Amino acid sequence: MAKRIDVSGLNAYYGSHKAIDDISMTVEPRSVTAFIGPSGCGKSTFLRTLNRMHEVTPGGRVEGKVLLDDENLYGPGVDPVSVRRTVGMVFQRPNPFPTMSIYENVAAGLRLNGGRIRKSEMDAVVEKSLQGANLWKEVKDRLNKPGAGLSGGQQQRLCIARAIAVEPQVLLMDEPCSALDPISTLAIEDLIGELKERFTIVIVTHNMQQAARVSDRTAFFNLAGVGQPGKLVEIDDTERIFSNPSVQATEDYISGRFG
Amino acid sequence: MSDVTVEQPLVADSAPQPRSSLRQPRLPRWAAPAVAVAAAAVAVAIGLGAGLSSRIQWGLIAALLFVLGLYGLTARVEGRRQAKDRLATSLVWVCFLLAVVPLLSLMWETVRRGAKVLDGSFLSHSMAGVLTIQPGGGVYHAIIGTLEQVGIATAIAAPVGLLTAVYLVEYGRGTLAKVVTFFVDVMTGVPSIVAGLFVLSFWILMLDFGYSGFAGSMALAILMMPVVVRSTEEMLKLVPNELREASLALGVPKWRTILKVVLPTAIGGIATGVMLAVARIAGETAPIVLLVFGSQVINNNPFDGAQSSLPYYIYEQWAAGNEASYDRAWAAALVLIAFVMILNLVARGIARWKAPKSGR
Repeated sequence: MAKRIDVSGLNAYYGSHKAIDDISMTVEPRSVTAFIGPSGCGKSTFLRTLNRMHEVTPGGRVEGKVLLDDENLYGPGVDPVSVRRTVGMVFQRPNPFPTMSIYENVAAGLRLNGGRIRKSEMDAVVEKSLQGANLWKEVKDRLNKPGAGLSGGQQQRLCIARAIAVEPQVLLMDEPCSALDPISTLAIEDLIGELKERFTIVIVTHNMQQAARVSDRTAFFNLAGVGQPGKLVEIDDTERIFSNPSVQATEDYISGRFG
Repeated sequence: MSDVTVEQPLVADSAPQPRSSLRQPRLPRWAAPAVAVAAAAVAVAIGLGAGLSSRIQWGLIAALLFVLGLYGLTARVEGRRQAKDRLATSLVWVCFLLAVVPLLSLMWETVRRGAKVLDGSFLSHSMAGVLTIQPGGGVYHAIIGTLEQVGIATAIAAPVGLLTAVYLVEYGRGTLAKVVTFFVDVMTGVPSIVAGLFVLSFWILMLDFGYSGFAGSMALAILMMPVVVRSTEEMLKLVPNELREASLALGVPKWRTILKVVLPTAIGGIATGVMLAVARIAGETAPIVLLVFGSQVINNNPFDGAQSSLPYYIYEQWAAGNEASYDRAWAAALVLIAFVMILNLVARGIARWKAPKSGR
């Protein structure tokens, strides 16, 4: 069920401003790929082009190809809604739906998509997803309580449960731990390790130790200067990137000799 | 200083404290109320002495004395910065009283005068066959008229206003949205009599329908629509964008995202806004005079024939100009205020009930 992503010649714009320039890369299925780089270098923008969330931003526009197992996400006649069902996303800040209970939050993806699903099946999906997000034990007695009442780390795992409940092929994570404490971060990192058995995972992070801990491959993004579009500097096995990168800028960034 | 160091602990409490940079003399807590009482007393003395007949003048003098007196006292004891703080605080209090006193006096007056004839018979009878100089009669036909007219106006204006606001916040980009926003702003300023004249010339004179509650409802809907659009728009803008993105990223289509995530999150505020708009149009008289014509008898059909309504009834009874009709006007005013207040309470109830929950 996990799929390979093949990006070639991708440019993304906000209005007339070019945010990322000519990015090409391959993301292997059932692996974790981490994006690192300084702020404003287009990591998040690039991540959002992978499930067509970039065009939700007013003025957002994309050129190029993103192949998901040979199917172009930006091809003619492709419905962004079905793309997003295939490629799920977890955001930087936990964002459970405030009007819904924990149960409803997890069920939201299936329910809001209008499917008529029997109660017993829905219960099974919710339990499986919450277990998948390592949250089941903590919340199984209060599934009908509001999702907003959980702690930040629990909320973020709830959001992961919500994202995997719709059985996506790929899971995109935009700095999922940047608002969390070290213990919640550890819980999420362990979870990422388990989830990669089932999903293709792409994670944006500012924390290089995190990238080194969780990812199989790492991509380093950089920008030439303020107002310049971001570029992919290199992508390689995480071990190589952190020990012996082929580009000097990567080494500078990782070792902290860089702005 | 040397005398500080030799001070013994036992007498330290009673001995004059050395002036420390962190400690300053403070006015006691009762100082502000005391100044208020003193200001009121001096104002009464000045009022009696100068022979000022208006109690409003007394009150304003008291307010002025209170603000100045407290400022002067604080400046002397506590210092200039604290005095400015007190000045702002006391001005806020005075303004609060200025706003509340007329409101309470209005409520009191309406209850006092209105309660005289307000009873079950007043609420359940019309003015059919009652001469205006006689006591008796009632407000039932006006209540029916108000309920029907306001109900129909809400049924027209709330959906249109809601959808307009959804368009403006969720879809509106570019020229059309700007034009719509502009016209909503213009409509907010349309005087009610103009809305009435518009429906009069269009519906009654051009299309040749007769007077009816429905004609009044259309004018009321015109007045209500911009209020609903504005308040709903503000509420929708308050919904965090992350929720929309979370829903879209789950592969939920935009229209379902709006319907199932955005609107439920904002529904409390939207309901409050609609109720406030209803309260605003419930008191409109001008379009009713023009379009519903007014009536002494019960007319349950809002689509045919003249009706009455509460504000019109008040106007009509006051214009009749005798004791019995004055009493009826006050009682009807009390009914109208109660109606609006109940709507507000309902709106608050809905807002509290529907508000996003954060409990554990």
